Amino acid sequence: MSQSTNETTSRADDRTRRSDKGGATSANTLDGIGGLGAPAADAFLSVRDLRVHFPTDDGVVKSVDGLSFDVARGKTLGIVGESGSGKSVTSMSIMGLHKPGTVRMTGSIKLDDTELIGAKAERVRELRGKRMAMIFQDPLSAMHPFYTVGHQIIEAYRIHNKVSTSVAKKHAIDMLGRVGIPQPSSRVDDYPHQFSGGMRQRAMIAMALSCDPDLLIADEPTTALDVTVQAQILDLIRDLQSEFNSAVILITHDLGVVAELSDDIMVMYAGRSVEYATADEVFTRPQHPYTWGLLSSMPRLDRVRTERLRPIKGAPPSLINVPSGCPFHPRCAYADRTNGLSQSERPPFAETHPGHYSACHLTREERTAIWENDIRPTL
Amino acid sequence: MLTYLIRRLFAAVLLLFIVSAVVFVIFFLVPRIGGATADDLASRYVGKSAGEAQIHAQAIKLGFTDPIWVQYGRFVKGVLTGSDYDTGAGIDHCPAPCLGYSYITQNPVLPDILDRLPVTGILAAGAAFLWLVGGVGTGVISALKRGSVLDRGFMGVALAGVSLPIFFTGLLSLTIFSYGLKWTYAGGASPMDATGPLDLVHRMLLPWITLAFLYAASYARLTRAGMLETMNEDYIRTARAKGLKEHDVVVRHGLRSALTPILTIFGLDLGLLLGGAVLTETTFSLQGIGYYAVQAITNNDLPKVLGVTLFGAVFVIFASLIVDLLYAVLDPRVRTS
Repeated sequence: MSQSTNETTSRADDRTRRSDKGGATSANTLDGIGGLGAPAADAFLSVRDLRVHFPTDDGVVKSVDGLSFDVARGKTLGIVGESGSGKSVTSMSIMGLHKPGTVRMTGSIKLDDTELIGAKAERVRELRGKRMAMIFQDPLSAMHPFYTVGHQIIEAYRIHNKVSTSVAKKHAIDMLGRVGIPQPSSRVDDYPHQFSGGMRQRAMIAMALSCDPDLLIADEPTTALDVTVQAQILDLIRDLQSEFNSAVILITHDLGVVAELSDDIMVMYAGRSVEYATADEVFTRPQHPYTWGLLSSMPRLDRVRTERLRPIKGAPPSLINVPSGCPFHPRCAYADRTNGLSQSERPPFAETHPGHYSACHLTREERTAIWENDIRPTL
Repeated sequence: MLTYLIRRLFAAVLLLFIVSAVVFVIFFLVPRIGGATADDLASRYVGKSAGEAQIHAQAIKLGFTDPIWVQYGRFVKGVLTGSDYDTGAGIDHCPAPCLGYSYITQNPVLPDILDRLPVTGILAAGAAFLWLVGGVGTGVISALKRGSVLDRGFMGVALAGVSLPIFFTGLLSLTIFSYGLKWTYAGGASPMDATGPLDLVHRMLLPWITLAFLYAASYARLTRAGMLETMNEDYIRTARAKGLKEHDVVVRHGLRSALTPILTIFGLDLGLLLGGAVLTETTFSLQGIGYYAVQAITNNDLPKVLGVTLFGAVFVIFASLIVDLLYAVLDPRVRTS
């Protein structure tokens, strides 16, 4: 028990140190994150009540259903959730990468005061790569196998910068050097398959950062990599973020990765945000049963576990027929404590502690008691 | 790379050798196994009133009385060093590579084939250009407009294209455009007599389109399938995420990948076609290699059939070699391994 408390505290300390280094406080000043509040003053990206629906023959797939969050420059927002929770759909919506005609998007996505929803496709295309860039899960399939790494970085750079190929190539070599690729001037002419997995992801990062974007979305950037390489890539993203002072959205299903990197964490379930707070808040007093489930199912490398990992029961819900009330109630061990409210009413997204939002019908006291007595001791 | 090339060339020669042996066996050994005697074979190449002695003399002269391996050895020797042939009026020398003499016209086969190669070549080249542009173009549009009326229309026409045989589409187009509208020559217009490029197109347009239609149909289907697959690849999403214009995403990233397998098939198709476009040449009475082969088969002129078969095999084998080498240029992943 005491050991675990120490652990949490030291992680919180670490986080505080990191955000101190970053200067401004975290963007935890969101009012009425449920969709009503004005963007935080320092928000570079501000998403309000985003809904992304895909009409299909079987019904409307509500991949994202009322999502709001802010990211400030120099800050990292970690979006956590299992497959199908809407993480990647959210990032694709910000980038405007959904196939036109297949998707209904409503709400607001403001990138530095430019509204992206409803904007002309050509306008969004000009912003892509230049002001917002993305790195993907599998760097091998995400790079074109027939073009050299250099060619692909040069292409990305020259879309938005009217420079000659030789100038762009110098820039590409410079970028490869900055992401830690040895002998960048010769590796620039290599093909992606000649790179190792970690190098490829470094090259992807170099490509994404080649136009110095203000927003970087990293969609599961380490999932396809070895554990040792994962840490290097996370370090690289952190270093480059402080160098470029960009806003970063880190999408992952791995709480360990967000713990490493994020200032704020948003936990998503069934296309909605169920918990949103600073990273220390989420790790020291998580307020949502789903977050507890994620923490319980996360392996820890720093000490010997006394108990087995506990997976979250059941499977992610259908996004066509989302369960009534709280979408998590069929899988929630505490849903029977709310007098049927969980089954019938959607829980409000309420602020239980300053800057700490969550959507659960349990009272604050009930949650504190469950977390302190049932969950934390078993982690 | 050089060792690879030498190995492939060696394999190509070996393959040609095997093809020639198989073809030889089919034409010269199988009838004998079936019970035909040397004289039976020779009886086709003498006049109607020939007596048994004349037939037997012809059998000896054509070498049918020798064991099959001697006959084959004589053929291979002719290919490698050339051979002499007694025409009756004197001894003709046929320089290497000699594919033998016609039993009927007594002409050497290879010069006959080479004479007809330009006609087949012009037919194949023009049609290849049309089907590559037309087939790949419609395939790309179909893939990008998947499910639209345009896509369904294109694929319907393509299905018709792969299903309808050339002697049907060819005759149909001749009926409409030559005999009906009198826009084009009514067949038999040799491209070799063309007075200029425009006249050449005038003479060849109908055969080109007819032949191209068949191939364009399957190329459109292949391109469509390939584009649908590559446009779903992660690297297409990356290209869009970079802010690349959609046109460049489709052409430089999508088509670049989808085209690689198409080009390999194109090489093989073209090689096969240079060995003779039998149906098209026959339908439009073009004196190409295919037409020559049909006549040779009708007349049972074995050396001509053997010659055309081997000639076609050479094109196919070398086309596949070139395609393999080209693949290494097109796909860098093949190059290093």
